Amino acid sequence: MNVPITRRGMLKGAAATVAVSTLSALGFGALQDAVAEVVRPFKIARAKETRSNCPYCSVSCGLLMYSEGDGAKNARPSLIHVEGDPDHPVNRGTLCPKGAALLDFVHSDSRTKYPLYRAPGSNAWERKSWDWTLDRIARLLKGDRDRHFIAKNAQGQTVNRWLTTGFLAASASTNETGYITNKVVRSMGAVVFDNQARICHAPSVASLGPSFGHGAMTNTWMDIKNANLILVMGGNPAEAHPCGFKWVVEAKADNRARLVVVDPRFSRTASVADFYCPIRPGTDIAFLNGVTRHLLETGRIQHEYVSAYSNAGYLVREGFDFHEGLFTGYDAAGREYDTSTWEYEIGPDGYAVVDATLQHPRCVMQLLRTHVAPYTPEMVERICGSPRDKFLKICDMIAETSATDKVMTSLYALGWTQHSSGSQNIRGMCVIQALLGNMGLPGGGINALRGHSNIQGLTDLGLLSELLPGYRDLPMDGDTDLATYLSRYQYKPLRPGQAGPMQRYRNYFISLLKATCGGAATAANDFAYDYLPKRDLPAYDIMMAMELASQGKITGYIAQGFNALMSFPDQTKMRDVLGKLKFLIVMNPLQIETARFWENHGVYNDADPASIQTEVFELPTTCFAEDEGSLTDSCRWLQWHWPAQKPPAETRRDIDIMAGIFLRLRDLYRKEGGAFPDPILNLSWGYDDAASPRPEEIAREINGQALRDIRDAETGAVIRAGRQLDGFTQLKDDGSTSCGCWLYSGCFTEKGNMMARRDATDPNDRGIAPHWAWAWPANRRILYNRASADPPGNPWSEANKLVWWNGRIWTGYDAPDYPLTVPPGTGPGPFIMNEEGIARLFVRTLMRDGPFPVHYEPFETPRTNLLSPDIRGNPVARIFKDDLAALGTSAAFPCVATSYRTTEHFNSWTIHSHINAILQPEQYVEIGEQLAREKGIANGGWVRVWSKRGELKAKAVVTKRVRPLICDGTPVHVVGLLIHWGFTGLTRKGWSPNALTPVVGDADTQTPAYKAWLVNIEPTTPPPAMETA
Amino acid sequence: MPDYPSLAILRRSASDHIPPDARATHEPALAKLIDISKCVGCKACQSACEEWNNLRGPIGINTGTLQNTPDLGPETWTLMTFDEYEDPKTGDPEWLFRKDGCMHCADPGCLKACPSPGAIVQYANGIVDFNEANCIGCGYCIKGCPFNIPRYGKEDRKAYKCTMCSDRVAVGLEPACVKTCPTGAINFGTKTAMVAHAGERVEELKWRGFDHAALYDPPGVGGTHVMYVLPHADQPERYGGLPADPRISPFVRVWKGTAKIAGLAVMGLAIVASFFHYITVGPDEVPAAAEDEAVALKHEVEDETPLPDGRS
Repeated sequence: MNVPITRRGMLKGAAATVAVSTLSALGFGALQDAVAEVVRPFKIARAKETRSNCPYCSVSCGLLMYSEGDGAKNARPSLIHVEGDPDHPVNRGTLCPKGAALLDFVHSDSRTKYPLYRAPGSNAWERKSWDWTLDRIARLLKGDRDRHFIAKNAQGQTVNRWLTTGFLAASASTNETGYITNKVVRSMGAVVFDNQARICHAPSVASLGPSFGHGAMTNTWMDIKNANLILVMGGNPAEAHPCGFKWVVEAKADNRARLVVVDPRFSRTASVADFYCPIRPGTDIAFLNGVTRHLLETGRIQHEYVSAYSNAGYLVREGFDFHEGLFTGYDAAGREYDTSTWEYEIGPDGYAVVDATLQHPRCVMQLLRTHVAPYTPEMVERICGSPRDKFLKICDMIAETSATDKVMTSLYALGWTQHSSGSQNIRGMCVIQALLGNMGLPGGGINALRGHSNIQGLTDLGLLSELLPGYRDLPMDGDTDLATYLSRYQYKPLRPGQAGPMQRYRNYFISLLKATCGGAATAANDFAYDYLPKRDLPAYDIMMAMELASQGKITGYIAQGFNALMSFPDQTKMRDVLGKLKFLIVMNPLQIETARFWENHGVYNDADPASIQTEVFELPTTCFAEDEGSLTDSCRWLQWHWPAQKPPAETRRDIDIMAGIFLRLRDLYRKEGGAFPDPILNLSWGYDDAASPRPEEIAREINGQALRDIRDAETGAVIRAGRQLDGFTQLKDDGSTSCGCWLYSGCFTEKGNMMARRDATDPNDRGIAPHWAWAWPANRRILYNRASADPPGNPWSEANKLVWWNGRIWTGYDAPDYPLTVPPGTGPGPFIMNEEGIARLFVRTLMRDGPFPVHYEPFETPRTNLLSPDIRGNPVARIFKDDLAALGTSAAFPCVATSYRTTEHFNSWTIHSHINAILQPEQYVEIGEQLAREKGIANGGWVRVWSKRGELKAKAVVTKRVRPLICDGTPVHVVGLLIHWGFTGLTRKGWSPNALTPVVGDADTQTPAYKAWLVNIEPTTPPPAMETA
Repeated sequence: MPDYPSLAILRRSASDHIPPDARATHEPALAKLIDISKCVGCKACQSACEEWNNLRGPIGINTGTLQNTPDLGPETWTLMTFDEYEDPKTGDPEWLFRKDGCMHCADPGCLKACPSPGAIVQYANGIVDFNEANCIGCGYCIKGCPFNIPRYGKEDRKAYKCTMCSDRVAVGLEPACVKTCPTGAINFGTKTAMVAHAGERVEELKWRGFDHAALYDPPGVGGTHVMYVLPHADQPERYGGLPADPRISPFVRVWKGTAKIAGLAVMGLAIVASFFHYITVGPDEVPAAAEDEAVALKHEVEDETPLPDGRS
């Protein structure tokens, strides 16, 4: 672009020339030379460098944290700069716009600094001391626990649960924090207990687990580079996981991989895709079943893999059927299935009957064929609005990876989980990847891209209502004693020769009880089994808790690192619920909305403080920059980080706060007695400083140790009392070992802290880095990697070589996910977690809503279910009466709304970070040009978006990237709502999309359906200006 | 202050005699290569730039685009631009991002135009750096820049732009934006290596069907030390208005090219003209509208739009 010469410019230039010439003429040349150029001093030249991990998403990028001073005693280190750790195998020095601005989170003006207290009806915070605050909290907890503790249920069964105070755990905190939190919370008998996984990836556990054995991301971030085809559907990793997404870009550039994106809008991920196909929110199962149908019709599957490594040939019991959208056994009144026919036919030998020819009409393959038959390309187009030609093109690309030397990886996140059929969305892909033989191979797998930096860890450690550490369920009321409970998990091989880690569940469970209850757990008292609370419901999930609280049945809540007001559905109901609590305790490093639900922020939070009688506490916590411990990233790596500065002001570590609450509570019970004090009085708490356990002590406890001299079952070696164990195979069922989480056993052994390992060596450049940190289980980086070899034990192809039988043992680039010395053809199948040893195309009774995925419309939908017109929503999804009444119709709310994030922000967190506030300062919604024309909405103008439950105002971004979907001949418009802005922080104020969302969730996990509901939209005026808050 | 430059100098604004630097001869030319085909527009570069350089711009508003801030500025040295395009043949959308900022021209128009000694310097490695201590705030660099990059500071009336993190490069590090780029869209190395890498990228893009993919290293400014790989190099304007054939303003070229002779003539005329200009129009403090249009728009937005929640 040439700058035009204007008269003024000419004159100005000439004047400057005069000035300079004059200076020269006057002899200032010497001065000119003296003013030599110097670059800005390098600002971190001698600053102290600390290794850490990013606290935002589950890529868990390595960080270099630079603090003022060189570590000298007299220098108080304060963080001055953060950049990526170039040695870290995943991020290799890169950071996304959030990570690159971490400095502004750590030093945010809205960090919490002092314990604050808001008295009932008050309009202001009061600063309090820690002692006063923790004393008060302990008193409130004990008061409520003693009043409402349920020792026995109506049948007289011992249940020892406490339902009137709820807990929310912080999935950006360390594993050590999570473990201590879990220990303290469960010791009180709490069952109303969740972490962010409930609103995020719980469906991944509920679908991947039943399909393959583990409910987690299968491969590593770097391994994505080995893929030939990358299918991103139900996610937007370029936006949500930018530094993990680099491996997609790498696959394209270095492996000539193709990237396919299926998404309601043309996303940042789509911007670098080879092929993009739109889809209507909430119809993914129709699309995926359509792909399965295509694969089966064309025969383009990995036949040998399917025969040997899946349950395709297993016969299903007589009586199993699927008819008019329902499986056998449906009870409409109870919205529940009797699942008794959803099982294999068991032969006289006690094993499942298998038809190796896959031809038997009741074998899984034939049932699957029939099940997916209605999902023709025409039907997919009618339901999903995905053009038929685009759908078929994608089918063809996917089918190419049925070849033994071609692999597809599936990347997904909340675009699949947050639906009333969230778990079954993922199941749709499980079926496809098993048919293609892509599980267990490098560049393959199903990669659940987790959200928070340690949401994987908190899920592994069982901080969910119904879970225990290591993915087994908290007992139910009927599990009246240890034997009854364990019989639920008795490993019964379904085929000859099967064996796996779950054979020893008894060992893991008793070692957990020993870690928790210490000396109080003895063989004589069932290892203190009764100390564990029992459930009378599948789960007291967050929506159940909301419902109970709205009925006045919940007294108090502790929200640790969880902005519940912004992230729970139906914000109006939620605000009302918080106001009904007697007390609310918020632990957070930032001044978040949840702690301020009682403050009036005009249209953004129209509360009346005088009428709200909730006692509110805000406890200032440290953030990642000030704490130490491990985080488990999406691909199951446990990585240790170190503090870069001292806790600011009066902030305390979450561990210390939980210890402070626990010690006070224990003192009160010691002095005063009260409801079932035993689990509290006997909670194992042998830390050097009871008020401040060290992360290392806790990590050692999680790993497990010998309590007496024991013998290793495999090697026969003696392990002396007090020694750290090498892994879960050494755990015993007689009380001679303790272990906080069997899956994590091996993370802190006698060799030291394995999570702190920093050797990035990567044999054969496979994207494994086996000596970097530590991964569960047993440091395996790619799950089910035995399946990367054919039945005789040779890699399916040289290109995808990973683990193989060398004639003597299993070996390879990764730790084999298989018994090392068991030769091919003699032992269990490659999916050793499953009692069949194979991948399940048909998941038996393991999921509430069916053994195969079925397309159901969302509860709020613009279309009737074309396949089963009488069925509304998922037929077994739970919905409460008042929430059902709050559902809207497409007549009043014609647009489909979906919610998502933008890459410049992390949830409602980075609105407190200055740089991120600059990068994306104000809430917006994305709509297509056609909808904007129809509604008279201008780009950049204000719109009002409303559902039957609430409304919000935002700026409109009118874009070519969102287009109407032509479903069954007529257009469906999509309104995309961003999730970040609230009434705190540095950005312009805004609303959570949860002002509009319905209270209904996934049938299997109660993860709310944030990705498809109905709204209307119109142009509007700006919200009224407000006084500064 | 040391009596030697911390990086070998090639050119210096308004300075006829650069002391010869023996080290300049063997200084390899460096370059940043921005591969648009790998960019997802995440703004990590913007974020890292602000963090490293201690810059914090204003918190603005949404104006119907994901781009923020609205323009480059004294506190925004790099900016992600967003353009949408619909393929007329297929109807498929494309979303085009470009990291905008100083191109570090081999023949820098800003430096040529700058009348203040040492306010702009070109190091032997190719970095064109501003030294605000020497800046007289005349705005001439803005006029001289064929890419419309430098911006005035609101308070100090000095010009600012990307330094290519000369402080990092001086100690052997890559610039902050390069290091942080999550997808590897921004690369850094010798210009030779970057041109070679661009060749590989272009080949891959052609394999994917981008027939017009090419390296953007515009000869009109002698080539640049910030280059792009463009999937649609036949239409660079689609990427946030990247000029197809940037050249230094003829005025700057004429003025600097004949500095000794024509300069004297112009000087005489200028004195007279300036005098008449001053007495008829008055002192002119605001630069011409052309380069300040965007800045003005930003000010307008900031000054006149009431903030919805009353905060600033």
